[in-house]
Amino acid sequence: MTEFLESVLRGLGNGAIYALLALGFVIIYKSSGAISFAQPALMMTGAVISSYIAPALGAALVGAVAFFVSVTAAALVTALVAMAIERLAIRPMIGRAAFTIAIITIGIDIAVRVITSGFIGLGARPVPNPWGLERTEILGLRIQERHLVALGILALVVLLLVLFFRYTRHGLAMRATAFDQEAAMTQGISVGAVFSMSWAIAGALAAVAGTLLATSAGVDRQIWIVALVALPAIILGGLDSLAGAVIGGLAVGVVESLVGSYQGQWAPWLGNNFQVVAPYVLMFVVLLVRPYGLFGTPEVRRV
Amino acid sequence: MTTTIQTPRRSRRLPGRPAFFGSYEQEIALFNTRPKQIWVGVIILVAFGLPFLLTDPTLETLAIAFGFAIGALGLNIITGLAGQVSLGHAFFLGVGAYTAAALSGDPEGRTIGFGITNIAIWLPAAGLVAALTGVVIAPIATRLRGLYLAIVTLGLVFIGQHIFEEWSDLTGGAGVGREGARMEFFGLELTRTGEILSGDQKAYLTLLVLLLVFALAARNLARSRVGRSFAAVRDRDMAAEMMAINLPRTKTVAFAISSFYAGCSGALIYSLIGFFEPSSFNLLLSVQFIAMVLIGGAGTVSGTLMGALFISMLPTLTRQLPDYLTFISGSPTDIPNIFQLQEVLYGLLIVGFLLFEPRGLFGIWIRIRNYWKSWPFSY
Repeated sequence: MTEFLESVLRGLGNGAIYALLALGFVIIYKSSGAISFAQPALMMTGAVISSYIAPALGAALVGAVAFFVSVTAAALVTALVAMAIERLAIRPMIGRAAFTIAIITIGIDIAVRVITSGFIGLGARPVPNPWGLERTEILGLRIQERHLVALGILALVVLLLVLFFRYTRHGLAMRATAFDQEAAMTQGISVGAVFSMSWAIAGALAAVAGTLLATSAGVDRQIWIVALVALPAIILGGLDSLAGAVIGGLAVGVVESLVGSYQGQWAPWLGNNFQVVAPYVLMFVVLLVRPYGLFGTPEVRRV
Repeated sequence: MTTTIQTPRRSRRLPGRPAFFGSYEQEIALFNTRPKQIWVGVIILVAFGLPFLLTDPTLETLAIAFGFAIGALGLNIITGLAGQVSLGHAFFLGVGAYTAAALSGDPEGRTIGFGITNIAIWLPAAGLVAALTGVVIAPIATRLRGLYLAIVTLGLVFIGQHIFEEWSDLTGGAGVGREGARMEFFGLELTRTGEILSGDQKAYLTLLVLLLVFALAARNLARSRVGRSFAAVRDRDMAAEMMAINLPRTKTVAFAISSFYAGCSGALIYSLIGFFEPSSFNLLLSVQFIAMVLIGGAGTVSGTLMGALFISMLPTLTRQLPDYLTFISGSPTDIPNIFQLQEVLYGLLIVGFLLFEPRGLFGIWIRIRNYWKSWPFSY
């Protein structure tokens, strides 16, 4: 039982990172109706920026403070990068098919990722942080501290997003645009600014997720593949549901971790490292039952 | 008294009016204008003459490019014609490549092999197994529209890679790999140097003939009832449904045909390359095919061929770059090197074409043609 609960907690910790990424995907999808396949590149960019800033700050500040300052800085810089991408490549495509925009983001992803990996070098770049792989004990369960930090940051981000969408003018503008783009425009909302903001938020979230991910083994050139696990998470939760993204991300993390713990004993025929593809298998199963995910709005088709 | 208006089934061409069609048959004909017929003939003749003009390494590159072109034609059928975005093309390529490799493999070898080296058997088999896999996956895929489908097919690539890596009896396992299919046609070795032609010349000619067959089939498919139903689904699926087009069936057929092409393409490409391992069938391969179709011009056979040749020749072109731009290194350990440049180019080309010329290379050709058609007037 202890083993099971520890596995679930580990899954929740990783799931928090997926949830942060998934939130970024969903925010862009809701505002512009397109999926941004550029999130993996933005995540990598954020992690690389952190890996440069954190050591520079480390001398002047205490461990945890240096980490949080570098996360914030990386989030801001990545948000700017995301806004630049949106302005240059996505804005001219407004009104075109969603799939065209998605393919453009694939192109951007490849280009940005190659440039970013130029800053990584051949090995992995560590992101200095006070937790590393340290464990702590809560109610008799041993859990890595960085997982607790990830869950804490996710809770903070969700709280901030809720406040932002509910109580600010910009949040209201984003909700209005998501609801009906043209109607929002006639009410004087700058839809372009909303797109820009949604990319900025998504970029910042990706940077936070990337930095958290890099706390275990550092940033290497393959880290971007992890960001794609957020795709099953958003499919699970439904493309247009923020709550779904969080729940989907956590669920994917837990499933991955449980499969990692038990598949070796119960279903060894599935092969080594099956937990890496488990989220995708889960996605197939969910889609067979509910084509719009668990919390997504079924598309209404009218003639 | 009833009168019926008789429309002539075949009306005469008007001289000097190449774009004037007197009947529907004329318009949807394979070559609906005379210049098209002539130019395609010239290009085919030149293509058959090339093996006697070019060096063997260039011919090998071209032969592999033709293999990629067959796969791109398949992706064009599902994405360009039927409008279903598939990121899972690499998976079907893998299924075809392993089917062919297993059929023609050495029965005594380390990996599964049946020793059937005849291309007339392993090529259709590779296509059919891939098509069957497509049909098996279709029930999930046909329920989904647009971006959901793109994500699901992306998942397919990851699951496929896992299966390929784990099934080491078939694939040789991760990092090890196995040999591709051996090309032989009723005793005639197609890739080994013989008395008259060198191995690369023969491989080039084989692939050229196969590419022509596949391209003709793709072009004819687009002109048929099935092809028109694909286009209807792409343009507006709901309207297509109103016109009694069975959506799930049409999408399944599109998936099957596209996977057939992908399977054949995979079998041929890795038969030419010689040795391959499971990690070849990754997301980047799928993206390369998407790039071929989009850069060439989605929905057109000639555009797709141009795109496929362009993208597969890109590595050869970038390899020349360090000679001209000295700051780019040819070694993979330096930064910036040509391999990075190549990947950045894939990305930037996709973005650039979608932003500035959505109809791709085909669109550029149409522009040039229209400019000279009305020259010296601007329209």
